[in-house]
Amino acid sequence: MTIGYAAPQVARRPRSSSYLRRMDWVLVGAALALSVIGSLLVWSATQGKLVESGLDPQSFLKKNLINLVVGIAFAVLISRFDYRLLRAYTPILWGASILGLLFVLVHGARINGAKAWIALPAGLSLQPAEFAKIAIILGMAMILSEKRDAENEPRDIDVAFALGVAGIPIALILVQPDLGTVMVIATIVFGIIAVSGAKARWLIGILVGGVLVAFVAIQVGILKQYQLDRLTAFTDPTQNGRTTGYNTQQARIAIGSGGMFGTGLFHGPQTQGHFVPENQTDFVYSVAGEELGFVGAALIILLLGVILWRAIRIALRASDLFGRLVATGVATWIAFQAFENIGMNLGIMPVTGVPLPWVSYGGTSMFASWLAIGLLVNVHLRAQE
Amino acid sequence: MSERSSLRLAVLGVLIVSLLVTMVGRLFFLQVVSADVYTQKASANQYRYVVTPATRGLILDQLGRPLVANRTSLVVSVDRTALAKQKDKGVAVLTRLAKALGTTYTAISYRLEICGLGSHEKPPICWNGSQYQPIPVAKDIPQDLALTIMEKRSDYPGVSAGLEAVRVFPGIDGVNAAHLLGYLGPVSDSELAAQKAAQQSGQLTAQDELLQRTDLIGRSGLEAEYDTQLRGTPGVKQLTVNQAAAVVGTVGETQATPGDYLVTNIDAKLQAVVEKQLYAGILRARSQTDKHTGQHYKGDSGAAVVLDVTNGHVLAMASWPSYDPSVWVGGISKKEYTALTAPASNYPLISRAMQGEFVPASTFKIVSASAALQNGYTANQTYQCPAFVQVGNRKFSNFEGEAPGPVDLAKGLAVSCDTMWYKIAFDYWLRDGGNNPVAKPLDPIEKMARSYGYGARTGIDLPSESRGRVGGRAFKTALNAQLHDAWCRRAKTGYPEVATTDPRRANLLKAYAVEACVSGGLYKGGDEVNLAIGQGDTVVTPLQVATAFAALANGGTLWQPQVAKGLVASDGKVVSIFKPKKNGTLPVSKANMAFLRSAFSQVTSQPYGTGYNPFKGFPLAQIPVAAKTGTGQAAKSGDQSTSWFATFAPANKPKYAVVMMVSQGGTGAGTSAPSVRKIYEALFGVTGSTVDPTKSVLAGGTPATKLPTVLADGTPVYPGMPKSVAAAKPVTAPAATAGANDAASPNPGPSSSSSGVLVALPVLLGAGLVGRRARRDRRSRAPDVRLWSR
Repeated sequence: MTIGYAAPQVARRPRSSSYLRRMDWVLVGAALALSVIGSLLVWSATQGKLVESGLDPQSFLKKNLINLVVGIAFAVLISRFDYRLLRAYTPILWGASILGLLFVLVHGARINGAKAWIALPAGLSLQPAEFAKIAIILGMAMILSEKRDAENEPRDIDVAFALGVAGIPIALILVQPDLGTVMVIATIVFGIIAVSGAKARWLIGILVGGVLVAFVAIQVGILKQYQLDRLTAFTDPTQNGRTTGYNTQQARIAIGSGGMFGTGLFHGPQTQGHFVPENQTDFVYSVAGEELGFVGAALIILLLGVILWRAIRIALRASDLFGRLVATGVATWIAFQAFENIGMNLGIMPVTGVPLPWVSYGGTSMFASWLAIGLLVNVHLRAQE
Repeated sequence: MSERSSLRLAVLGVLIVSLLVTMVGRLFFLQVVSADVYTQKASANQYRYVVTPATRGLILDQLGRPLVANRTSLVVSVDRTALAKQKDKGVAVLTRLAKALGTTYTAISYRLEICGLGSHEKPPICWNGSQYQPIPVAKDIPQDLALTIMEKRSDYPGVSAGLEAVRVFPGIDGVNAAHLLGYLGPVSDSELAAQKAAQQSGQLTAQDELLQRTDLIGRSGLEAEYDTQLRGTPGVKQLTVNQAAAVVGTVGETQATPGDYLVTNIDAKLQAVVEKQLYAGILRARSQTDKHTGQHYKGDSGAAVVLDVTNGHVLAMASWPSYDPSVWVGGISKKEYTALTAPASNYPLISRAMQGEFVPASTFKIVSASAALQNGYTANQTYQCPAFVQVGNRKFSNFEGEAPGPVDLAKGLAVSCDTMWYKIAFDYWLRDGGNNPVAKPLDPIEKMARSYGYGARTGIDLPSESRGRVGGRAFKTALNAQLHDAWCRRAKTGYPEVATTDPRRANLLKAYAVEACVSGGLYKGGDEVNLAIGQGDTVVTPLQVATAFAALANGGTLWQPQVAKGLVASDGKVVSIFKPKKNGTLPVSKANMAFLRSAFSQVTSQPYGTGYNPFKGFPLAQIPVAAKTGTGQAAKSGDQSTSWFATFAPANKPKYAVVMMVSQGGTGAGTSAPSVRKIYEALFGVTGSTVDPTKSVLAGGTPATKLPTVLADGTPVYPGMPKSVAAAKPVTAPAATAGANDAASPNPGPSSSSSGVLVALPVLLGAGLVGRRARRDRRSRAPDVRLWSR
């Protein structure tokens, strides 16, 4: 099955009833469940601090719920977007994300050492790097699924082009610097190129190249000392008692002390005593570990597993390579980002500030996570047509 | 889409599954396998404990007079957490406070260092308690300064003034009793470490009363023996803190329970008399000349014990030299400690009464006489008492070479004939096989000595009692087992190191070693002879002598001496009454004991008695005094003789046993007996030759049978109280009249006005004896100390 770029297909927009009927409810249900759990965790993590500061204890919860609603709206919008129009708009989307990344470097607000946020009115902020992930997925999928020869293998020129499409935003994000997002994007790039059917030498080349770049970056001193510390802290949690190691240590204590069933929401001493910094965003999983116990924390992994299962399933059943690569990109994105986030909470991955999709507090992350669902649903609906 | 693409997608799926499995596995390890480890870490993180020390219980005499009380001291404390919140971290406040206290900012800030955290010196300069409790920086501050700090909160944020209890020794009638009472010292790191180890091994649980960092614990005497009862239970407030170590809330709080009051059998007034008379005996010894050395007796130390013979109660027990127990209060200085432990001070910390071991001399004849009467000898037969007796190749002579001629047993005891015992002892020794001892020797004297409690601890309720030693066959065997090899080595090598300076002595030592190598374990006739008259290897404590004489006096019961009588809670409820404990029964017939009691009374009543002169004019008809003098040949050559006077009275119906010993003090009759007489005069109310029980130093003429009353507010009630109560609270109340009404109300409540504070102070001072009330009040008075107010 080869679908040409310009093939005149009847582009009927599915009617609402069939849209809902053919929806992948398992996928959406899992994402929704994660979002609800995330909202509760964010609420528990923040209400104490807010009360102490004399603020509305529900303000983070409310903002998170607004983010969720907006995110779902984005998802609905993108899932109903015309498939080919999506392909057509991809270059524009990609260009916009590059502009966003450039803007953030010039006018961005520096938070936790990285210039990654664009401050918006009303206290909102945007992280262009999150949207860049989607732009990269769509851009690479578009290039690698271009009509090509019968061998069904991307030409080297396509692969190189796709790497260029990913490379520019990666470079811009590295300058911020946001190492975590770069790692996530690198995984996405690798996943998409692999599934596109590119020659094995490309995969080996990317791996070797990545190692070389990392080596040079450390040797030349492009990576700052704190970045190196963060990356190595997880191997020795006792080092840097008050700084990087402290976060992971406290997070691990919180999770470990949760036991099988946890202390109950709002009752975790580690959480309520603010022992774990950033526990509504990067370390939200520690709240789950302490207050919901193994049962709750494992449920989050299970729900992520369900989403990934559906994503791979959608990729396998996609009607064309573009759809497959989009779903693959989303799957590698979610899988690696979740592993990186939960792994750093559990002390088996370095601390890089990546949020846990759907669960962590943060507007951009929530929008991007739900846009990912929207993309998966779009590919899913297209396959059934 | 290519096969390759689908295959690679499948591989991707497998990789994703492996990531998920990794996460769940790690999660399981953290939360289920190692949950305990992290729960412990979490609680170490999140909880802090603030300890309110319990007020230590008082130590009372038998009538309720305080021997050890608590004095309230005005203390300035600084709350570190409150200072930390100030803009300049409290520099201005501390500078102001330093000026008011007449010290420097640096001095105060050193006191606020947490021991081990800062770089400063060890306790008591740094604070070894919790950093979450207000840290005392100055004690015994003037009242006007305390009032200023209480009132001008804005000038002294984070600083509070309050009352704290410290030990005080009211010293009724000049009583010292330092060896009985003991002292307090801070908990040591090793004790805390041992406690932690015991907790971890499960020997101690959280329910046990645990030592806190800030605790003072008894280090000797009653303070040590009854430490747990006196200490009470500290109040513990469990606080949750957040990551910034700021207090978030209170999890739980237990109120401090004041320690129980320890009621002793000691009578403060009697103790004062005994201490005075002991010192008089020492001075008497020093005024006499030793015929052998031509010098004054040194009278280097002494002890006196008064027991109630009917139950073993210790009514008084004194040791000289003594020391002022208040040197320990608030921490002893290095200089003071050196003074107490230096050889020149002759070790005043040691209680000669129960830790000193001395040759018993003729007081030991209570044992020999009992043994003789129970083993073939009678009271009325005639004993020869020549000036000396040859035993083997050794010549034993009477004291000062006297020869009273033939005597009966009673007179033999009264004149303290030694030579009659040599024959008896030698007989016993021969009966047991002499130099070829039978398999099961009877050893009647050694066995009797053990029945009287010699060679074993009496079990008095004071720590570190000495055992003494019976120099009989068992000791000889044990000594030989220990030293035989050394003796035989020395028999060969001699003493070359001694020979260089004193060849004569080296020869003597070698000769002894040669003999000892062959027959060191042999119990010789001379050993038995020495045993019979309390010389040689036998050593005893004055307390053992007193319990032995008390046993004969009461008809054969060897009581365990008891200093403590019972425990009363700080609210007046009786906690426990200690029953007398029997250590054993004398294997002596009633008739023989009756005979011995009357025989020993001849010591004071008959002109030939060794104690006759000192008791001339004493109303012996009403109060016959049974006694035995002792003049111990010193164990060390060059030392002077030990003076003993061991007694009980009235001999026909014994109530008290009184024993006095003066080391290097001369004769028993010349040095100790006059002091013992004075003690009896005080006990029975003797003036001249008239007896008036109402004049007895003991109220009512006898020891109290009941525990004294302690009021619900913790004030002990005792005769002559008002004056003494004031003595127990030496902090002068500034407005006693204003406090009178408030003192009646159990909880005066917080006052804010300056007059209110003035009124409240005496109330607090009045409650100083009771921890609870003072604390409750202090808490309500310090609303800005946040640890207290939440």
